[in-house]
Amino acid sequence: MTAPAPHPGMPTYLGMPAFPAAARTAVADSQLRANLTHATHTIRAKRAGAVAELSDWEALRQAAKAIKDHTLAHLDTYLLRLEENVTRAGGTVHWAQDAGEANAIVAGLVRAAGADGVVKVKSMATQETGLNEALAADGISALETDLAELIVQLGHDRPSHILVPAIHRNRAEIREIFRREMPDAPAGLTDDPPALAGAARTHLRQAFLSAQVGVSGANFAIAETGSLVVVESEGNGRMCVTLPHTLISVVGVEKILPSWRDLEVFLALLPRSSTAERMNPYTSTWTGITPGDGPENFHLVLLDNGRTSALADRTGRQALRCIRCSACLNVCPVYERTGGHAYGSPYPGPIGAIITPLLRGITDPVDASLPFASTLCGACYEVCPVAINIPEALVHLRAKVVDAKREKTFSTERVAFDLSGRVLRSPRLLAAAQRAASASRKLVARKGRIRRLPPPLGGWTETRDAPAPPPESFRAWWARTRGDRS
Amino acid sequence: MRIGLFVTCLTDTLFPDTGRAVVTVLERLGHQVDFPAGQACCGQMHFNTGYRREAVPMARGFAAAFGGYEAVVTPSASCASMVREYYPALAAEAGDNGLARAVAEVAPRTYELSVFLADVLGVTDVGAYFPHKVTYHPTCHGLRMLKVGDAPLRLLRAVRGLNLADLPDAEACCGFGGTFAVKNADVSAAICADKVAAVRRSGAEVLCAADNSCLMHIGGALQRQRSGVAVMHLAEILARTEGAAR
Repeated sequence: MTAPAPHPGMPTYLGMPAFPAAARTAVADSQLRANLTHATHTIRAKRAGAVAELSDWEALRQAAKAIKDHTLAHLDTYLLRLEENVTRAGGTVHWAQDAGEANAIVAGLVRAAGADGVVKVKSMATQETGLNEALAADGISALETDLAELIVQLGHDRPSHILVPAIHRNRAEIREIFRREMPDAPAGLTDDPPALAGAARTHLRQAFLSAQVGVSGANFAIAETGSLVVVESEGNGRMCVTLPHTLISVVGVEKILPSWRDLEVFLALLPRSSTAERMNPYTSTWTGITPGDGPENFHLVLLDNGRTSALADRTGRQALRCIRCSACLNVCPVYERTGGHAYGSPYPGPIGAIITPLLRGITDPVDASLPFASTLCGACYEVCPVAINIPEALVHLRAKVVDAKREKTFSTERVAFDLSGRVLRSPRLLAAAQRAASASRKLVARKGRIRRLPPPLGGWTETRDAPAPPPESFRAWWARTRGDRS
Repeated sequence: MRIGLFVTCLTDTLFPDTGRAVVTVLERLGHQVDFPAGQACCGQMHFNTGYRREAVPMARGFAAAFGGYEAVVTPSASCASMVREYYPALAAEAGDNGLARAVAEVAPRTYELSVFLADVLGVTDVGAYFPHKVTYHPTCHGLRMLKVGDAPLRLLRAVRGLNLADLPDAEACCGFGGTFAVKNADVSAAICADKVAAVRRSGAEVLCAADNSCLMHIGGALQRQRSGVAVMHLAEILARTEGAAR
């Protein structure tokens, strides 16, 4: 299943700049920087506290890793079991190979239900497929009912965080968006958080009560009974999955768990990692349909969209363990300075830097730039509740990017790395380079420092001095003073 | 103990004082230090930037230079973690069984300096004297990859005259990230700005770390800003004794 370039898998993200250029713009945005610093530091501290409460955190983490790895290794078995049990419970299962197929299935189901609009639970899978835009093109409106997703939707914006999609906005900005875009916003709306939430609640209430079709994703799909699980904080999800006549859930194939017993582990890990809560306020689960209670029609759309390609990558496949908690975003030094938009994908931050290229491939310049959008500091791996070794996957994907370009195009970087590799593996050439550097120190440095380096190193000396070469290298000093000893 | 010093290409080329300091400290403790002249670079920059095959001959060079030593000591947590954490995978990937065997033999005996002193030798007081206010930055590869723990701090606390200042938000990355500092220079500088501010808030005269790469980064920014804060590798502080001028 090789997809044509660039990445039809996430159609609404076409034509964005590669990470370094997008990040340069973001870093210069003082409002964004202030909002991100405040939000990431707050949630970071809360998460650390919530995790520290559990003495068996590491054991839970290893259990979650083992469950996910087992499930991914037997995905075919569990997917068929899920399909069988959903069908037995009165639901209908659809298989979508890519975003286009998933969106077409959903649009067809909405039309078949006689509806021209849907209410939505926050869902990464439908952000990934660009469902709202695809439905709009079919004359179907989609209303986001998660508060932060609503802010993003009303602001004609994109989500910038997996859990808190409007993290790049502060409450003054949210008030402005509501006043401008929400027709029923109360007069005299302040930027007090309860007032803002109240305005959104009133705005959404009628939509919940009149909706014919609800669209959700799922945090987990339990194969043994064919049940879906949605974990949320606001109660909007509960209304979307219970009030409409028809419920459509778009779920990535990796969301599956074999049994309810496995769910226990993840419900201990997910809320503490994402919102720093011991348990989230609303956990909704449903199995097919129940006559007289909730939706009369239930459709499960199982989405591949690059997941089986990711599964074929031995190092990269660990990214499919991700439960979308966002802990890695909140601790990432890069994400903290750039926000999510720079990553050109609904999946930003460290997990986005590996999962986006795994799902979309590395032919597009945006996707090829993402594995390099990290200092490899390892904070992401440390907090990941399913122990995804993100730095390992990043350097693996970097090699894939480099190897894909070998022999194809001329690259000054490759020439530089080839030459430096020859020098750095040869003690003789390294010593010669050191002698040349020491001899040139008076030319390149003033007062022991270098203030400007030529491209591509110029980015360094824009803000940092570089050290001047010393009069002699360590190697030369050793040979001169103790050459007889080794 | 006969110790092979892996000085690292960066320290060898740009910071020879650190290499001399490692020799001073180890010899002061009564060990014999060799500098195998066949050593060059561990290959981390190539490996981490995606040039994995270019890193393979460097791993071979390392294994050839350091085979047979009781311990290999290096003043870089980052290079030590390359050898210990990534060499086995690199050897397997290259399909080089000889290299895999050599790595299995040498990698577990390759130690970052502070771990070697505090945990392997069990020495925290190395006889150093350094009457200055110092703050310590735990570098990411030391902290999270190699997990050196508080070994550097135990060593610093045992230095006579040294006033150890807390570094706010110490465990945050400095934004170096090897080629990241050049490929995403703006983000790197933004991260570094906060680290520099934290160093200034600590009130220290000297910023210490166990990796010259991160020190080159933070130090380059401190120097550009004429902050007056010096950067010193841990080894250079440990090498100082009473009577020696700073």
